[in-house]
Amino acid sequence: MMAGFEPQIIAFCCNWCTYAAADLAGTSRMHYPPNVRIVRVMCSGMVDPIYVLKAFEGGVDGILVAGCHLTDCHYIDGPVKCDETVNKLREVLHVLGLEDKRLRREMVAASEGVLFAQVINEMVEDLKKLGPSPFKAKTEALA
Amino acid sequence: MEEIRTGVYICHCGLTIAGVVNVEELTEYAESLPNVVVSREYRYMCSDPGQDLIKKDIKELGLNRVVVASCSPRMHEPTFRKTVEDGGLNPYLYEHANIREHCSWVHDDKELATKKSKDLVRAAVKRVFHHESLVTREIPLNPNVLVIGGGIAGMQAALDIADGHNKVYLVERDPSIGGHMAQLDRTFPTLDCSECILTPKMGDVGHHPFIELLTYSEVEEVSGSIGDFKVKVRKKARHIDESKCIGCNLCEEKCPWKTDSEFEAGMAKRKAVYIPFAQAIPNIAVVDADLCAYIQSDGKKCGACIKLCDAGAITPETLLKQTDEIVELEVGTIIVATGYDQFDPSVIPQYGYKKYDNVLTGLEFERITCAAGPTEGKIVTKDGRPVESIGIVHCVGSRDENYHEYCSRVCCMYGLKYAHLSKEMANADVYEFYIDMRCFGEGYEEFYKRLSEEGVNFVRGKVARITDEAQTDEEQGKLIVVSEDTLLGKMIRVPVDMVILCSALEARSDAENVGKVFNINRRADGFFLERHVKLDPVATPTDGVYIAGCCEAPRDIPDTVAQAEAAAGKALSLISKGTVTLEAAISTVDEAICHGCGRCEEICAFSAPNVVTKNGTLVSSVNEALCKGCGSCAVVCPTGAIAIKHFTQDEILAQVSALTEA
Repeated sequence: MMAGFEPQIIAFCCNWCTYAAADLAGTSRMHYPPNVRIVRVMCSGMVDPIYVLKAFEGGVDGILVAGCHLTDCHYIDGPVKCDETVNKLREVLHVLGLEDKRLRREMVAASEGVLFAQVINEMVEDLKKLGPSPFKAKTEALA
Repeated sequence: MEEIRTGVYICHCGLTIAGVVNVEELTEYAESLPNVVVSREYRYMCSDPGQDLIKKDIKELGLNRVVVASCSPRMHEPTFRKTVEDGGLNPYLYEHANIREHCSWVHDDKELATKKSKDLVRAAVKRVFHHESLVTREIPLNPNVLVIGGGIAGMQAALDIADGHNKVYLVERDPSIGGHMAQLDRTFPTLDCSECILTPKMGDVGHHPFIELLTYSEVEEVSGSIGDFKVKVRKKARHIDESKCIGCNLCEEKCPWKTDSEFEAGMAKRKAVYIPFAQAIPNIAVVDADLCAYIQSDGKKCGACIKLCDAGAITPETLLKQTDEIVELEVGTIIVATGYDQFDPSVIPQYGYKKYDNVLTGLEFERITCAAGPTEGKIVTKDGRPVESIGIVHCVGSRDENYHEYCSRVCCMYGLKYAHLSKEMANADVYEFYIDMRCFGEGYEEFYKRLSEEGVNFVRGKVARITDEAQTDEEQGKLIVVSEDTLLGKMIRVPVDMVILCSALEARSDAENVGKVFNINRRADGFFLERHVKLDPVATPTDGVYIAGCCEAPRDIPDTVAQAEAAAGKALSLISKGTVTLEAAISTVDEAICHGCGRCEEICAFSAPNVVTKNGTLVSSVNEALCKGCGSCAVVCPTGAIAIKHFTQDEILAQVSALTEA
């Protein structure tokens, strides 16, 4: 583990469930590390692979893609579509030399504020162990 | 292109943001961002003076983009969109940064929280640069309302709406409306008879020209959205001809097949063909197909009811041929009032429910004290002995980490009611075992005081167990309540003839499924989740779907009725407006790049895009009334021809790249 390394995380959260769960974590004053920045999307199925790749290119150390559970979707089957996107992305990330744990896929319902805080805590722990994204150094060297 | 002129407004939210985030530093930082012409901080941006700041700047400084950094957009994005609109801009030229729920409330390191706030504001400023003016659309709202659940909540909501001459479909799963309230004997603290106040309302519902009652029915499927829901209801086969049954009850009298009566909480029997209770609405019979020998033997056995039914309502055809019917309804709004289940105390073995005959639940005791109940209102043991002493155990399954952490809100009061009735009807010695006495409603504390004066013994402590193992002569033949008495500081044993367990109210066992059908989330305790616990208590995250009564949380009758009327008010205000505003953030096709490959058509769950031929070439065309703006089409589009308005690639990538700057 790298001393003093604070991973940078972007979380794509669906408006109906996980964004609301993060709000609930807030209203319940559940503290978690300030390493995450949330980008609101309407549905987890809206997350384009390009958003994830651009974020890694920009140097983030980890990405969370989170939305409703399979049965709670506001748009019927968004989580299924999101799973497909994330599974495809994993192959690309593998080729790019990015560890699996840098991309986390979760389903966090509006009522699961505790789970949201827990996921962020775990991600920060995992990423601290992994260290900074190798992709960042690579793109900087190539630039 | 016009020059982008952005105003940024940082809200202190009193000290809830300003106590953690350095708002002065943040404001100064925002002013340094590209295209920002003004940046201000204010104690409460959502207040009128706060909003006036924005409107004034739009006019005087020529702003054409606005960012407010405050609470969650789920709270105040609509407020500030309206502000911006009032100031003369399109409401979509606005972006919201969440620095309260996602920052000041979850982080305590001031420096890091301020840094995070700067990132969020920067991302909002870069995103709003790409925002475009969008137009919302109005569609007509279907004024018909669907109410699910014929308990007191559903009935009240249905009556309020129907009294305004609006059509209501009231769907009830059981053969009669009435719900749990119909099973209650008397209501606290006024002790008025539950049936006496409920049955006139049931009659009103049954006869109302604007209410269509669908009893013995369940909603199977809901599609569409606010203003235009399409609903499939399964009307279960009653195995009688509803139009002919006159409710004479001869069939039930002669039917030889018996089972436990649901209405009597299992304390009495009903027949295979039955009317659930005397005041049932509709007052017509229903056949329990699993129990009916005629149906089970395919017409070879019994058939007594057929011979007896002069009205011709029960025939071999109705018994053998009648099947469930699917009814399709179209409504604009939905109210879900599906109620609660009573906690089954047999999962607490030390309380001896189901093991000892005279350990009862509250609902069973309600039937005992009821003059129309199985004991005709006499408080007696199962073998008919008079009851001289009664133990009432509070918080059974409630306020208990092993079962439900929440307080069920009604048990203290119904426990006190039982104490009063036991004194009045049986002159019994009463022992109330409670943890805390919670008497919060109108007249409740006074009732508690009155009971203390009536000579009820209050024991403050949690009951450890209920046993029939006597240790003294006095305990012989009795149930012994073994409890801690925290006021005496010791364990006590109280021998009694009967024990009533004040069982918790819990979420319906099928609440998960009902939640899925209506797209309502649930809390960790299983009850339905309201949109905002304080400020939007009957709305759900699904527009046009409201909740009322105990399906949302345990509550007493006055609160249930108030909530039902609130939900009805929500539906009525929509009906009164007559239209629904459709989301502007939907997909749009750039026909110049579209190849008409049809990937969007394949992936869409709402069949919004369709490939059509325009000017001899194939292009995708989006039906705006069907598109919900989920964005899945944009993800699969190989050419980038489809974009979701307000969630375009440019907008999200601007946000992402701003967040990776730092």
